[in-house]
Amino acid sequence: MNPNPTPDAAVWARDLTRTFGTFTAVDAISFEVARGEVFGFLGANGAGKTTAIKMLTGLLAPTSGEATTAGYDVAKEPDAVKRRIGYMSQRFALYDDLTVAENVRFYGGVYGLSDDAIETRMTNALETLGFAHVRRERVGRLPLGWKQKLAFSVALLHEPEVVFLDEPTGGVDPVTRRQFWEMIYAAAARGTTVFVTTHYMDEAEYCDRVSIMVAGRIAALGTPSELKQQFDTDSMDGVFVKLVRPDRPTA
Amino acid sequence: MTAFWSFVRKETRHILRDRQTLAVLLLMPVAMVLLFGYAIRTDVEGVRVLVVDPSRDVRSTDLTQAVASTTALRLVGVEASVGGVEPRLRAGEADVALVLPVDFARRYARGTAEVLVVSDGINANFASSAESYVRTLVQQWSASQGGGAPIVRTAVRMRFNPTLASENLFVPGLLAFVLTLVSALMTAISIAREKESGTMEVLLVSPLRPLQIVVGKVAPYLVLAFVNALTALAVARLVFGVPVRGSVTLLLVASLLFVLVSLALGVLISSRVPDQRTAMMSTLLGLLIPTLMLTGFIFPIASLPGWLQPVTNVVPATWYIIIARGVMLKGIGLAVLWKELLILTVMAIVLLAASARSLKDRLE
Repeated sequence: MNPNPTPDAAVWARDLTRTFGTFTAVDAISFEVARGEVFGFLGANGAGKTTAIKMLTGLLAPTSGEATTAGYDVAKEPDAVKRRIGYMSQRFALYDDLTVAENVRFYGGVYGLSDDAIETRMTNALETLGFAHVRRERVGRLPLGWKQKLAFSVALLHEPEVVFLDEPTGGVDPVTRRQFWEMIYAAAARGTTVFVTTHYMDEAEYCDRVSIMVAGRIAALGTPSELKQQFDTDSMDGVFVKLVRPDRPTA
Repeated sequence: MTAFWSFVRKETRHILRDRQTLAVLLLMPVAMVLLFGYAIRTDVEGVRVLVVDPSRDVRSTDLTQAVASTTALRLVGVEASVGGVEPRLRAGEADVALVLPVDFARRYARGTAEVLVVSDGINANFASSAESYVRTLVQQWSASQGGGAPIVRTAVRMRFNPTLASENLFVPGLLAFVLTLVSALMTAISIAREKESGTMEVLLVSPLRPLQIVVGKVAPYLVLAFVNALTALAVARLVFGVPVRGSVTLLLVASLLFVLVSLALGVLISSRVPDQRTAMMSTLLGLLIPTLMLTGFIFPIASLPGWLQPVTNVVPATWYIIIARGVMLKGIGLAVLWKELLILTVMAIVLLAASARSLKDRLE
């Protein structure tokens, strides 16, 4: 295997491993995500997804193996990694007691944007979302779907090279989910790499490529159609069930 | 630096926006000074008595024996002159001094003997209890000697707190309580809230360093804690005329050290609890109740059960209250209080290091 990461890989991992005591949460995973790709990172709860994401975002040091995000070594240069990525968690992550504008200014400031840059980008982002009229509204008063879309825009405000979305569409209605995926495609079209975890198998179909983790290892990796062919099923749901519950016949 | 200031601005907004909490925090010191202004009654045991006996005759020796054999009192020494009283009271070696006149036996026989009871008025409740114990003892002794009406009169002179105002006593303890509440409780809740809402994850993934997050969290509360300390002092002075006899600078330096200790404890607690409710309960049980009960604030340490007394040494407020009482009421300075200041400094360093480490560990 080539020891050096492909120069234009947005995310690159080789034998990335993390153990907690005797438990191996992530077991020597290797993969590569190209720039501008929408990469689905799937797995059952407890399969090691969260630990893997923590390592890729520079939060958690790997036990062994290597990884780079946005071209920087996650173990040696976590600060460089953090400046170049965006993050949105499954739990809603804006401050309810602050207004839309105050939230945007806070995150913009945290990523070192100038006040002028924040104003310009905020105006653009809010207009694109159709949220210009709620600029001075407290976030706590907005519907969940709006908050989620706003959180995604905030995660993209500093124009990160890679954005990590951890179950971004949890608990929102199908229409909002659809709109959310349109935003994901728009970001990818602008060259942002999207690294997304989800529990919705229909969403897995929207990804350029998908990896499925089982018990700390990557059990399958490919485009949705490749995986369906490989596992001889007509849906990602079928692929997932076959991998996660191999003893059970697919429906 | 932009990132850090954005964070401090955000924290300040959170505090200013929650009007109700802010109002409670700002008005609490005022309300508490007024409420506590009316004394908290306490009973005491083991009053340490210093006897001044210049004549050393039959009668005076007998009275000294009576002091030594009374269970509520403890004889800590016999001095030959009144000169020994003040230093020993000031050093905290005795709670009360019983001063007998020269030629006690002859004056007693003539019915002109007058004894003096001098007590340390810093702890007003304790002083008045101690004084009445000694007065009762002298009267009982007198009755047992002559069998007639008591002919020994007692006179009481309070030192350091001559008006025996109990508000002088509680203000330092109240300062400790308010500072603990604002520093420890509010930061613990604030950090726990970020964990609960999921924003902590986003902060950790951001370029903000954990230390910046901690400092950014505590800085606004440091300001608030100081506003509270000054409010409490101002109200105590305006309403009850409580003085600050010693150096205000020394008092503020000690307050700063104490606030740092409390903030570190708040961070330490919040790094170990999952949500705001647990943060609040842990802080109340672990910090606020000991600050009330185990520091000499409400109950003199001397009246606590023996096994509980050593515990007071690990409560930071114990040391802060000693310093604040010393500076405010006795007007003493660094020369006497260096030991307490040193203890607070060591506590601040150890706890800040432990809290930074605990937070870092929890991130992994």
